[in-house]
Amino acid sequence: MEPVAVVGVGMTQVKRERKADGYPDLVFDATRAALDDAGMSIDQIDNVVTISNDFFDGRTISSMAIMDACGSYDKNVTTVEGDGTFGAFFGVMRVLSGSYGTTLVCAHHKGSESQMPLITNAMFDPIFARSLGIDAVTSSALQARAYMAKYGITEEQCAMVSVKNHGNAFKNPIAQLPLELTVEKVMSSPYIADPIKLLDCCPISDGASAVILASEERAKKITDKPVWVKGVAHCSSAYQLGDRNLYCVCALEEAAKKAYAMAGVSEPARDIDLAEVYDAFSYMEPLWLEGLGICERGEGGKLTESGRTALDGELPVNASGGCLSGNPVLVAGLNRIIECALQIRGDAGEHQAERVKTAVAHGINGPCGQSHCVWVLGGEK
Amino acid sequence: MDDWRKDQELLVMEGRIKVPYRWFAGEVGTRYLESLRDAGKFLGTRCSGCDKVYHVPRRNCPDCFEECSEWVELGSSGILETYTVVRKHHPQLAPLPLPYGYGIIKLEGADTGFLHLLGEFDDKDLEVGMLVEAVFSDARQGNILDVKYFRPAKGVE
Repeated sequence: MEPVAVVGVGMTQVKRERKADGYPDLVFDATRAALDDAGMSIDQIDNVVTISNDFFDGRTISSMAIMDACGSYDKNVTTVEGDGTFGAFFGVMRVLSGSYGTTLVCAHHKGSESQMPLITNAMFDPIFARSLGIDAVTSSALQARAYMAKYGITEEQCAMVSVKNHGNAFKNPIAQLPLELTVEKVMSSPYIADPIKLLDCCPISDGASAVILASEERAKKITDKPVWVKGVAHCSSAYQLGDRNLYCVCALEEAAKKAYAMAGVSEPARDIDLAEVYDAFSYMEPLWLEGLGICERGEGGKLTESGRTALDGELPVNASGGCLSGNPVLVAGLNRIIECALQIRGDAGEHQAERVKTAVAHGINGPCGQSHCVWVLGGEK
Repeated sequence: MDDWRKDQELLVMEGRIKVPYRWFAGEVGTRYLESLRDAGKFLGTRCSGCDKVYHVPRRNCPDCFEECSEWVELGSSGILETYTVVRKHHPQLAPLPLPYGYGIIKLEGADTGFLHLLGEFDDKDLEVGMLVEAVFSDARQGNILDVKYFRPAKGVE
């Protein structure tokens, strides 16, 4: 793959409810921050990818409403409905097409303005599943149970993920929900849908973020700290939950294999220094780490227990606090990419991990991780 | 810009999108749902390429991408592949009084799992791998809720 770099990043603070800012305001703040980070003006952006969801925003083709805010007048704009990692994947392809030297990718979400259970219920098949009332939490509970039953992963091991990530969030100024937790506190929080408890769940969040991608030629002119996209891949699996073994994340395994092959990663546990994965529920972190090949299938719980994924461990995972500490949907994956880029640049502030040369960012679309997008980022090409 | 805001509640507009839809069940969906309604029987379709039986039935096999042209009658009980007991849910979503369950059930004769509700259980009864059986609704209308829920199988009397 021709080299593509992340040359600018911007994130708004993630909060439970941002009443002072409409979503175009959030998009403007994130875009402005990314331009400032890159030292660029909006004229230097060749094209734009926006990431939104009509159902969340309450209007059709909702990307229409943020054209002013992302500075896209007189530019080619395309829209992606899905997680930020998938939108940015599209942004990379636009740079690779040769038609655009720079691409701005921006995502927004205001969970506070709608009702998440009703909206996530609508992602299910209207004829065979929706009237059952299933939603993101209850479907994830089915996956958590399947994972625990298959491999003996314990609720305590999942609770450790929540303790770790909420703890890391204290060091991340944009995180919504830093919490001083213990395994006992998580375990004694009320069950929402067994085996998922309240403190295993991400909060509802508002936020936006933006990333500027550039070709090698343009990147060199823009920044002396480019973060290179070393490998990126996206794989999908079945829509209907019953068609998949929910404990086996084959689509993620495939996506990781492809991204690693591009990046020259042969032993993920050794070659990767840090990972930001989509931990909307605590059980997801160990499961996705298995899919990413950082440990064997069924070993994700033990990996968490070992302390290797802690901020000061050998392979910090969700040093930012992860989605558990703030989950503006769609934005969340873009934030994973941004966190990795900041870590590689050495700009992550208080939650900076040591020696981050190669990092992995991960995002999901669809119920129980129907699709996965894997990014391998590095400071050197 | 912030000074005037000290004594000012920010305004919020309330809204609700309500758009009617008609989701066509299609030939495959209609035959399936009619069978549930009229005969109380689950049907699946078999892939002409790999023999896999899909439930709920569909036109094409996502694995080998051949047509699923053969109809197969399935049992009304099956293995519980995974489950959850819902303790807290949005009032507009909960189809049964709390607590109720969701399960993925591989019906006898099917190769794929079926997402549906669980009822008539004690928490301690539920286990991955157990046998559950369908309870049909009294007044069936040709939709997926014609199956009221699945319950732990009582066994042959």
